[in-house]
Amino acid sequence: MFFASGIAPHWRTQDTVPSMMRQVIYALVPGIMAHVWFFGIGILINCLIASTAAVLTEVAVLWLRGRPIRPFVSDYSAVVTAILLAFCLPPLTPWWVTVTGTFFAIAIAKHLYGGLGYNVFNPAMAGYAAVIVSFPEALNFWTAPSIGDLDYLAPSGLATLHYAMTGALPDGMSIDAVSRATPLDLVKTELGMMRTLSEIRTSPLFGDLGGRGWEWISNFVILGGFWLLFRGIIRWQVPVAMLGSLAVLSSIGYVVDSATNPGPAFQLFSGGTMLCAFFIATDPVSGATTNAGRIIFGIGVGTLIYLIRTWGSYADGISFSILLMNMAAPMIDRYTRPRVYGRTSGQAQHKDAAQQKEPPDAIE
Amino acid sequence: MKTPVGFNLQPPRPLWGIRPPTRKSASMLRPILVAYAPERVVIPIRQCLGMAAAPIVELGQQVQTGQPIAAAIHAFGGPSGPQVHASISGTVESLGAHAVPGPMASEEICVTIRSDGLDRRFTGYDGLGDPLQMSPEQICTLIAEAGIVGLGGAMFSTASKLAARGKVHTLILNGAECEPYITCDEILLREHAAEVLRGAKIMMRALGATQAVIGVESDMPEARVAVHDAIDADGCDDVHVSVVTAKYPAGGERQLIQLIMGREVPEGALPSDIGFVCHNVGTAAAIADFFRDGRPLISRIVTVTGSGINEPLNIDARIGTLMADLSELADGRRDDASHLIMGGPMMGVSLPNDELPVTKATNCLILMQPREISPPRREMPCIRCGECNQVCPAQLLPQELLRASRQHDIDALREFGLDACIECGCCDYVCPSYIPLTARFAASKLEAAEHDAEMAQAVRARARFEAREARLAGAREARELDLKAQVVEAHVSESIADVMARVNARDDQG
Repeated sequence: MFFASGIAPHWRTQDTVPSMMRQVIYALVPGIMAHVWFFGIGILINCLIASTAAVLTEVAVLWLRGRPIRPFVSDYSAVVTAILLAFCLPPLTPWWVTVTGTFFAIAIAKHLYGGLGYNVFNPAMAGYAAVIVSFPEALNFWTAPSIGDLDYLAPSGLATLHYAMTGALPDGMSIDAVSRATPLDLVKTELGMMRTLSEIRTSPLFGDLGGRGWEWISNFVILGGFWLLFRGIIRWQVPVAMLGSLAVLSSIGYVVDSATNPGPAFQLFSGGTMLCAFFIATDPVSGATTNAGRIIFGIGVGTLIYLIRTWGSYADGISFSILLMNMAAPMIDRYTRPRVYGRTSGQAQHKDAAQQKEPPDAIE
Repeated sequence: MKTPVGFNLQPPRPLWGIRPPTRKSASMLRPILVAYAPERVVIPIRQCLGMAAAPIVELGQQVQTGQPIAAAIHAFGGPSGPQVHASISGTVESLGAHAVPGPMASEEICVTIRSDGLDRRFTGYDGLGDPLQMSPEQICTLIAEAGIVGLGGAMFSTASKLAARGKVHTLILNGAECEPYITCDEILLREHAAEVLRGAKIMMRALGATQAVIGVESDMPEARVAVHDAIDADGCDDVHVSVVTAKYPAGGERQLIQLIMGREVPEGALPSDIGFVCHNVGTAAAIADFFRDGRPLISRIVTVTGSGINEPLNIDARIGTLMADLSELADGRRDDASHLIMGGPMMGVSLPNDELPVTKATNCLILMQPREISPPRREMPCIRCGECNQVCPAQLLPQELLRASRQHDIDALREFGLDACIECGCCDYVCPSYIPLTARFAASKLEAAEHDAEMAQAVRARARFEAREARLAGAREARELDLKAQVVEAHVSESIADVMARVNARDDQG
């Protein structure tokens, strides 16, 4: 009787690239839902526009490159990039800003470097860096969470859609009435005006730990991150190293001068810190690969975030921290190689390659 | 029991490795079935790694069960090569090429014997005496004559491995069957632990080793108890049992040494260089059977299992039995069995048909239904997730090896440790991009060996060329010196003649 043939090993894991990307998308859902609760449907509109743009861009670029389209588009990696980028953009964003960022992320930061598995930089962060430099005003247009503040009128869903499509609010709403600074932004500008933190924190934008609304979004993002850790999609080294280093540095700052340095609770639960820790810094392609390397990578990201937030001119330094550490990742990998079995730690290469030796016994 | 010297009775759990589903219980529900002599056996004459062989029987010759039919030639660094014996009695029906199991559809010279139904025993090995009274050299010679090779699947000459006398202080017996489905070693330990122990003692004498460690896995409690009982019954205090974690591939020779002895075999060295030798428990049992019963290696335990088999079973099968006949003993295979794998699902070879003979390396036959095998998927680019590095038992970076392999960069491959790769398949198992890493590394090893051979040949060619140049230059110089000497002589002799002529002329004048 004849049998089909195969190559050893004949068993493989069920986790494939599409299934891992799908798990990442599922893990982002709680964070998105919290975002919708506090800031309205803006993020959903952004996700939709970004995902569509991402998929269309990927199809076009793959066709231009002459690569097979279906396997690479159906691996969901473009959608993940799009959603992460949408998370970083304000809820009210004109569609052209989203599309520009997504196009830059997919076509330039990902495919020009070789596509999936070959990109040096995190595509979502590269896209965000492109739009924050190109559309600074649009990316400063943040809203406040709907918290019953009498002074604030949160834009409705229709108004958000109108703004996304046309770049202008509907009649009767003025931009000044709708836009508010983010907590990180507020802290930076007010500290620049020589106010102390205890005064700044009296603003209704602040919750218990970080910004109101933002801390809850961070909590739900943490839930998603724990789901990924549980499933084994990501490993603990990067989140722990990044959050740990950020916490340590901000604690030191808080101890040194608590009037001008927000403490670890604020740093960890504001802005995109948790999203970065569990979803962005853990991108396998652009980060370090060995466990020791990942710890160094995480420490680097956390340190740079603290530096940019405290002394840089941007309110939230996540994208630039990630991009800078992406540049360092190959060198980190080179110097954190694990020791091969049978070599002492100083030995770089096996010299006696031509020595006749006993073949290894087969596994029992 | 004496205190063991320098090893772990319960090694710590390793960080590397994977835990695939074991699927072992089905084949151990029944005891070992000792197969009767089949009607026809096809015995390859070459059943030892690295050695050629020649038949010593002729067409039409009557042979008895256990009679030598092939001898190994060009010994591989040992006293003598293992022989191959007839596994049934009968007539040599044919002597020629036949398909044999292997990664490629290869053919080798095989002796086909048609049974005479009598199973007459060859008595040439009876009455050998107590091996524990023999000299180590004698033991090794007899083991080679018995055709005993490593039964873990590699078929390496046992006598050659035992020849590392004087260097080795610990014998390790590998009963840690880590691959899924395979249970031949475990059931051997359950039922014949006493034979394994006897074989261990013979091997210890051959090696001059002071202690032996039998490695078993933590999911083999019955086997562990059986071994302990055998040790207690025998009263031997040099043999110990070490229980390793049931992780694949803890049963690999180098990994087992690392776990049990806490030491790593240095790169490019053999385990005997650091004082250990590792043998399969089946090999030990075969040695014991040979010295006690005069029975050379003519059968081995084969696990016939998988969901494509009606009754999974361990069969003590005669070497040379066709695999189709073997699956009949296990109540036949099902019609929807789509794959036949020799070995385990991680390292086993997928065979094209079952008209192939069981050899000394066949430890398991798995008949798989389509649902049991992972469907092939398109290879995606490496996403650098690092899972391959997490599971590699040699702590390699398979993704870097992949990159070096694609670029055919032999130096980079060596630097990243290609020679330490044991081709276990763990990296393939966890790769989400379904990259065929193990196959690629096996190919790269061949490429690296070819490259080495070419380099060595180039070095030799250059040495020859330089020697020739030196010789020619030396000859040229010698010739030139000769010429100069001649010229000088000519000048010298001429000047004397001139002087003489002038003297004579003066004399004539004066």
